[in-house]
Amino acid sequence: MSDAILYGLCGAVLVGLGLFGLIVHPQPLRKILAFNLIGGGVFLLFGVVARRGAAAGFGGDPVPHALIITGIVVAFAATALAIALLLRLFRETGRTTLGSDG
Amino acid sequence: MPNSATAGAFLLILAIVLPVSGVLLSLVLGGRHAERIALILMPAGLAVALTIAAAVWRTHNVLQYFVGNWSPPLGVAFRADGLSAAMMVTAAVLICGIGLFARGQFPSPQQSELRAPLVFWTLLPAVWGALNAVFIGGDLFNLYVALELLTFAAVPLVSLDGRAETLAAALRYLLFALLGSILYLLGAVLLYGAYGTLDIVLLSGHIQAGPIAWAAISLMTTGLLAKAALYPFHLWLPPAHAGAPAPASAILSGLVVKAPFFLVIRLWFDIMPRMPEPAAAQVLGILGAAAILVGSVVALRQVRLKLLIAYSTVAQIGYLFLMFPLAIKPEMGDPWNTTAWTGGVLQAISHAFAKAAMFMAAGLIAEALGHDRIAGLSGIGRALPITVFAFALGGVSLMGLPPSGGFVAKAMLLTAAVAEGQWWWAVVVLVGGLLAGGYVFLVLARALADASQPLTLLSPISPSRQGVVVALAVCAVLLGFIPLRPLELLQIGRPDIAVGGIR
Repeated sequence: MSDAILYGLCGAVLVGLGLFGLIVHPQPLRKILAFNLIGGGVFLLFGVVARRGAAAGFGGDPVPHALIITGIVVAFAATALAIALLLRLFRETGRTTLGSDG
Repeated sequence: MPNSATAGAFLLILAIVLPVSGVLLSLVLGGRHAERIALILMPAGLAVALTIAAAVWRTHNVLQYFVGNWSPPLGVAFRADGLSAAMMVTAAVLICGIGLFARGQFPSPQQSELRAPLVFWTLLPAVWGALNAVFIGGDLFNLYVALELLTFAAVPLVSLDGRAETLAAALRYLLFALLGSILYLLGAVLLYGAYGTLDIVLLSGHIQAGPIAWAAISLMTTGLLAKAALYPFHLWLPPAHAGAPAPASAILSGLVVKAPFFLVIRLWFDIMPRMPEPAAAQVLGILGAAAILVGSVVALRQVRLKLLIAYSTVAQIGYLFLMFPLAIKPEMGDPWNTTAWTGGVLQAISHAFAKAAMFMAAGLIAEALGHDRIAGLSGIGRALPITVFAFALGGVSLMGLPPSGGFVAKAMLLTAAVAEGQWWWAVVVLVGGLLAGGYVFLVLARALADASQPLTLLSPISPSRQGVVVALAVCAVLLGFIPLRPLELLQIGRPDIAVGGIR
């Protein structure tokens, strides 16, 4: 098994775990964490994809690395916004769930 | 397509830079200036959008701009074709209307700084800039960032008043949107891995039918559907859109849900025009049909006016996705039906105007009465005739009665359905129109009935705000009077294989 496949499989497992958590867990905080898990998996896959540039004589394709950094920033901002909303919800109602169906 | 920037392409950058600098200035100068900055931006942004549309129309070509003069695949391209231009003008006109309306709802205080006006007037240009970035983005990763910016600007609009239920609605909206965008990003990563580029034009040349392309396109489409609130991903929409203040609801329902739909069009018709997949398109159509039927029936059962309008949005989004089974033809040489395609896009534009007008009319009614229970609307037709008239005009477009934009759009979908022998979509369009007639009539019958006791309005409603609402509703109706020639604008920049004239 080559390194690329190993990393790719790890990424896929992370995405799968995150997707499972996002759908199954009712608590928003767990959903937010699950979203970050999916994000980690996607960024890992993106990192593996960078190896394709190696064929052209480079050590790796730099474009995905730049995009991963941007993606991490976006995911961080999303997490911060979600946590801020959740904290505010907790302060208003004293609960951290989204009602009966959430 | 020329491989260099076209003349006048700096306008594209202006369309993003203007609103974004407005947001930054508002943050620096503070809350009292935010409203003024937004009001200055509105005519400027409208002028930019109209100039871009005029340039695309005149040159009959795609406006193109490469950031830092680096051409793809290394650089990032912005492109405005006819579809982008039409959506940008729609967004600009609507934002101007909503901004004028919101002056009465979110007046900036003279002395101190209030949270709701500050946030609203800062986020209005933010939504605008993000929308423009989605409409002209030419790079899948850039589009991901633009989508996220749009989400971050739209979610706080839901919970402007800070009530617990709107906070919960905003959080649920954010979670759906985040799932959608991460799935979209995963698809984009797979495409980059397979083809080494994220540029839409380059991808459309390289992409080949195969497991990677299908996995990527399915992931991206699913993510975008979650953001567009297509059935069965619609659960977040009604509480979010109904809980927001009226101008925010108008932005969310009229414009924000159209951005992911726009990207689905980009994916299906621009990236993979040569690999028609009728079976997948039928799935989109079935989801759209389910959205029309479920959304309309649930709308009929609502007791609150804003929730009724929100469920009607769920139904009207369904119409947008009927264009996929109708426009993507099974025969290989003839994969694209322009009538259905144009009908779908026209539905997006006319619904934007109609729904914005209806949400703002509902907002005025709620301000006047202090509630928006449909059962308690009696006599409002006499007290606020102009507002109720605007609501009715919007309803005409939703039902698809002539003459209105909604009529032309639905007539085009019907024509395509009949011409291709896919009569079941025609039935869905007609039944959806009847159900829409039902829920609009339900409201109007109450509103036009005489009140049992004289109605006292909580607050006077200024005529100018009613005028703005009527103007937007009239826009939705006027779209039905446009002779079909300007619709050619939508075809500028489409691949050559788009066949079949507009009938």
